Amino acid sequence: MADTAAVMSGAEMVLQALKDQGVEVIFGYPGGAVLPIYDALFKQNAIRHILVRHEQAAVHAAEGYARSTGRVGCVLVTSGPGATNAVTGLTDALMDSIPLVCLTGQVPTHLIGNDAFQEADTTGITRPCTKHNYLVKSVDDLARVMHEAFYVASHGRPGPVVVDLPKDVQFASGRYVPPHAIQHKSYRPQTVGDPACIEEALALLASAKRPVIYGGGGIINSGLEATRLLRELVQLSGFPCTLTLMGLGAFPADQPQFLGMLGMHGTYEANLAMHNCDVLLAIGARFDDRVTGKLAAFCPGAKKIHIDIDPSSINKNVRIDVPIVGDVTEILKALVARWRQKKPKLDKDAHKQWWGQIDQWRRRDCLRYERTEKIIKPQYAIERLYAATKDRDTYITTEVGQHQMWAAQFYRFQEPRRWMTSGGLGTMGYGLPAAMGVQIAHPESLVIDIAGEASILMNIQEMSTLVQYRLPVKLFILNNQYMGMVRQWQELMHGGRYSESYSEALPDFVKLAEAFHAVGLRATKASQVDDVIGEMLAVDRPVIVDVCVDPTENCFPMIPSGAGHHEMLLGPEDRADPQSSEEGMVLV
Amino acid sequence: MDAVKRHTIAVLVDNEPGVLARVIGLFSGRGYNIESLTVAEIEAAQKLSRITVVTSGTPMIIEQIKAQLARLVPVHAVRDLTIEGPHVERELALIKVSGTGDKRVESLRIADIFRARVIDSTIESFVFEMTGSPEKLNAFINLMVPLGLVDVSRTGVVAISRGAAAF
Repeated sequence: MADTAAVMSGAEMVLQALKDQGVEVIFGYPGGAVLPIYDALFKQNAIRHILVRHEQAAVHAAEGYARSTGRVGCVLVTSGPGATNAVTGLTDALMDSIPLVCLTGQVPTHLIGNDAFQEADTTGITRPCTKHNYLVKSVDDLARVMHEAFYVASHGRPGPVVVDLPKDVQFASGRYVPPHAIQHKSYRPQTVGDPACIEEALALLASAKRPVIYGGGGIINSGLEATRLLRELVQLSGFPCTLTLMGLGAFPADQPQFLGMLGMHGTYEANLAMHNCDVLLAIGARFDDRVTGKLAAFCPGAKKIHIDIDPSSINKNVRIDVPIVGDVTEILKALVARWRQKKPKLDKDAHKQWWGQIDQWRRRDCLRYERTEKIIKPQYAIERLYAATKDRDTYITTEVGQHQMWAAQFYRFQEPRRWMTSGGLGTMGYGLPAAMGVQIAHPESLVIDIAGEASILMNIQEMSTLVQYRLPVKLFILNNQYMGMVRQWQELMHGGRYSESYSEALPDFVKLAEAFHAVGLRATKASQVDDVIGEMLAVDRPVIVDVCVDPTENCFPMIPSGAGHHEMLLGPEDRADPQSSEEGMVLV
Repeated sequence: MDAVKRHTIAVLVDNEPGVLARVIGLFSGRGYNIESLTVAEIEAAQKLSRITVVTSGTPMIIEQIKAQLARLVPVHAVRDLTIEGPHVERELALIKVSGTGDKRVESLRIADIFRARVIDSTIESFVFEMTGSPEKLNAFINLMVPLGLVDVSRTGVVAISRGAAAF
């Protein structure tokens, strides 16, 4: 711990604050406006810097690091283009509630507003895509702002915080203040739930005949204890549980009480359970449009309980009967404790009937797909990948599109923090840099990016980073030569006019891997899938696996945009109701 | 469908750079309405400013606006004066009227009825200062149109709760 009266330069202060906040790794890219900080980095060994190849990747890598460890991810970029390149990552972290601190260089204070070289209004640009941001105009504020940034990023609903650091402030000298001497003036998010609301929720849950628990990423953000408590609650109550894309892993996928993911590409049983339930318990989820489908048809007969740390998530899209504001861990702890005390009498007969109904929906086997030897079905490739890696210490990231949904459906997550995907923003190019961050945090683990051939090209330059730091990340590309999800929507909603969704002039991914000094592998037949996965796992280096899959396969089940949970398409033979598909066409 | 209603919301914020941009950006980014917005520092020692924003929306939207405001980091407190008991609202306007002869005399007579004060005068113009509810200001300004209204500057609404309670 530094002396309270320690005098140092702004740049040294930044490093000292990072150390005192427990930061071990920072992802970044140097430039003119952050040279003093890079100089200070050079003179120390406590913090490891990972040099990315594009600032967007630095932010995604920090996201992967944060989500797989539960800690704050840290980014360092220069002014102007460094900061603007980081914007996509920051927006991604805001949408998915990932705690990050992003340090951006800025031109010296006397040049701000002068259109100086590499100047951008970083606080102005990032205001709507951060939880909070700061421009540090005096070295006297620097230590406080640094500590506040970590506090704000990690307390309440987590999110990205930008600290913009003019170059003269990095050079100026001032007194460093350690973290324990700082308390934020006003930001005190509520963590403990209102006991009266918890009682009300308990009574409602006890009276339920057709209950469903709908859990989201907030459970994972809340910490490992929250996922343990969720398991306890599900076991105590005997209720069925479904999870959002962001929540996967919060409850083990192989447990019989798990209904699978819900929403647009969720399972038939999860969505119909939502549609027919009489009591809904939403935990750390935000009723996103990909989850709810048509709002007017969402859980029409249900009383709704919503646990969330962000009061603005409650009643935003869906009217809630029993809102409980606070941290998921705290509230579940109270709820489980009260449940154990009160031992509520449940309607066993009703629950038996409800499970009977759910089992009937399950028998539709909504994830079935055509098995063929001729061509690799993407679902098959992921099933085989799961079979080969489920007993290992594995982390999965994805890009965005069909492959992402297939990964969510077919890779069965048993534990939290094992699944990193861009849910809210849907950022193609997320998976490779995120996997990089995960591998940095877990050097001994197996980290796989399940990718599409279109997404992977959006941040393919990070192959260099993987090789430089000897990160043995595996890129498992489901190559269908299309922007598959775009093509699927064009097929279903735009008369099969595949406008600009064909990936022409793709690189040879095997040669591309070799060009980066990595290993390239390819499978073109179903019979080769197991072998290629085996080869991939045997290599202790970065690998690109080009899995050439059926280019025409679509992702089912699907709730067409603008339809309700009960209007799912189960396969290519189903057609959407023309009226709802017209309404849905204008939605995203 | 729930009815759209006008609400006056008071927000206590840290007086720091960018705080107003955060509030305004929240309204524009999420598609909420701003009918008027006033801001000034009210406590120099603690650097606190008070923003009064008049907006309109359904009860669900108004609840969302308040929750979104409250989660901004520099926001200390949010009060919906419209639903949290009785409150008073005032607005100040400076109104310039140009004319001679009967119209000039008439504008001065009406200003007297409305208790507007003359704060600047030339041979052919007056500037009136007037405080009151937005409706009263509107009524006066409408009457000034045929009498030579040339310019108006209004502050927007400031509001405070009635009774002894603090913010």
